[in-house]
Amino acid sequence: MKKIINDPSTVVAEALRGLAAAHGDLLRVHEDPAYVARADAPRRGKVALVSGGGSGHEPLHGGFVGLGMLDAACPGAVFTSPTPDQVQAAVEAVHGDAGVLLVVKNYTGDVLNFETAAELASAEGIDVRTVVIDDDVAVKDSTYTAGRRGVGGTVLLEKIVGAAAERGDDLDACEALARRVVANVRSLGMALTACTVPHVGEPTFTLAEDEMEIGIGIHGEPGRARVPLEPADGIVRRLVEGVVEDLPFVEGDRVLLFTNSMGGTPLVELYLAHGVAERLLAERGIRVERRLVGPYVTSLEMQGMSLTLLRLDDELTELWDAPVRTPALRWGV
Amino acid sequence: MTCTAEDLVRALRAVAAAVADHRAELTELDRVIGDADHGENLRRGFLAVVTKVDSADLDTPTAVLKAVGTTLISTVGGASGPLYGTAFLRAANAVTEKSEVDGPAAAEALRAALGGVVARGRAEIGDKTMVDALSPAVDAAVAAAEAGGDVAAVLAAAAEAADRGAESTTPLVARKGRASYLGERSAGHLDPGARSTALILRALASSAGAR
Repeated sequence: MKKIINDPSTVVAEALRGLAAAHGDLLRVHEDPAYVARADAPRRGKVALVSGGGSGHEPLHGGFVGLGMLDAACPGAVFTSPTPDQVQAAVEAVHGDAGVLLVVKNYTGDVLNFETAAELASAEGIDVRTVVIDDDVAVKDSTYTAGRRGVGGTVLLEKIVGAAAERGDDLDACEALARRVVANVRSLGMALTACTVPHVGEPTFTLAEDEMEIGIGIHGEPGRARVPLEPADGIVRRLVEGVVEDLPFVEGDRVLLFTNSMGGTPLVELYLAHGVAERLLAERGIRVERRLVGPYVTSLEMQGMSLTLLRLDDELTELWDAPVRTPALRWGV
Repeated sequence: MTCTAEDLVRALRAVAAAVADHRAELTELDRVIGDADHGENLRRGFLAVVTKVDSADLDTPTAVLKAVGTTLISTVGGASGPLYGTAFLRAANAVTEKSEVDGPAAAEALRAALGGVVARGRAEIGDKTMVDALSPAVDAAVAAAEAGGDVAAVLAAAAEAADRGAESTTPLVARKGRASYLGERSAGHLDPGARSTALILRALASSAGAR
């Protein structure tokens, strides 16, 4: 294992110190229990948007704290959900008496810890609601699994609902909007290589030179199928088909296309893949009206990518375009 | 023979040592069908538990168990944090107003712990989770207590059954937790949560048996 770290047990804490140093104008970091909060929180009368999850997916979630997006983010250990006391402390620090919406990716650990935190915060008299995002089409959603995972769609949800909270929507409206995003967003990812969790020291799985994994999650867990490596056209076609046919997205749909790197795939390959995805969607008559391309929901240094499609309407488009000022997304301000 | 708060603290040190000794094994089991954090998370959690029970003045078994539960919830993360934490909190509630835990009380505490895990995790027998170790352990503990067993005998029976229960998870296809994403590919691997449950019960039993 080669990584720019000092000690596997202090990776997250040291990274948070760096985040605070780099973006002190936007956010502040509370160390114990660990959470990242918007610099100007709490904002009175504004619904507070709080998320979190395991570390190793940066810039998710701490990189999305700021104007027009998250009020707070709770980072767990690498690939491990945060604990309830972190979430409770963040909620108490940023709520502005207009309620709190928790954005939770659908993993057993995240759901259990946020559920416990929501009970604790509710007992303090704070109106806390929870929206669980589960956009990964790789997982069969049935009573026989923990359900679909939350992946790329999380960024789009946090941006859009963050914009609604910023313009003054109340908690009911923010919650309903978040559920609308969940209902209209789908993702699928793939990997060329695994990643190495710092305290494990070895890759979480191995792929031969001529293999790729389709349907991976974002925690280095294996995916739906291992298949021979293909050129970019074939890889992107698999992802587009998986996502489009699931919702399904149909001819005439207006969409936001989010082409995401898992951390180790360079932008030159990502733009190449994005171009292929645009072409394949055009062939299906699906109109790409907004784009996001880059490493936004990563899995440490894993080489790979995911595609996320969100079906747009006028309001979702307007909220996507609204000003945002965070470490990782900034426009309009 | 019964178990006082002091005995319980000693047993928890044994659990922390066992979890630390098996950190690599638990991580490896989790790496194969999960995300490779179970060993490290539990090690961190029980280390915090030992610090907590050493520093606080806890003079009843219920106070010790409650401290264990809250500490695990706030330090472990993942699914195992709330699940083990809830298990210990429910066990604490089952032994309130007792200065010493006897065989039947130990069995009752284990039964309450299982109830907490099932309520939070909504897993059933056969889902390839810690319930597959804990549920037979409770049955064995209750039987041992009814047969007049003391704390050591009850925990020994529970540990034995938990070991067999953990092993029974190997051929199963996971239906809960992160391993469920693998579907059929999860079969053929021991469940890390069931393994850690067996490990914890074995350490508790060994500590009780050594007195």
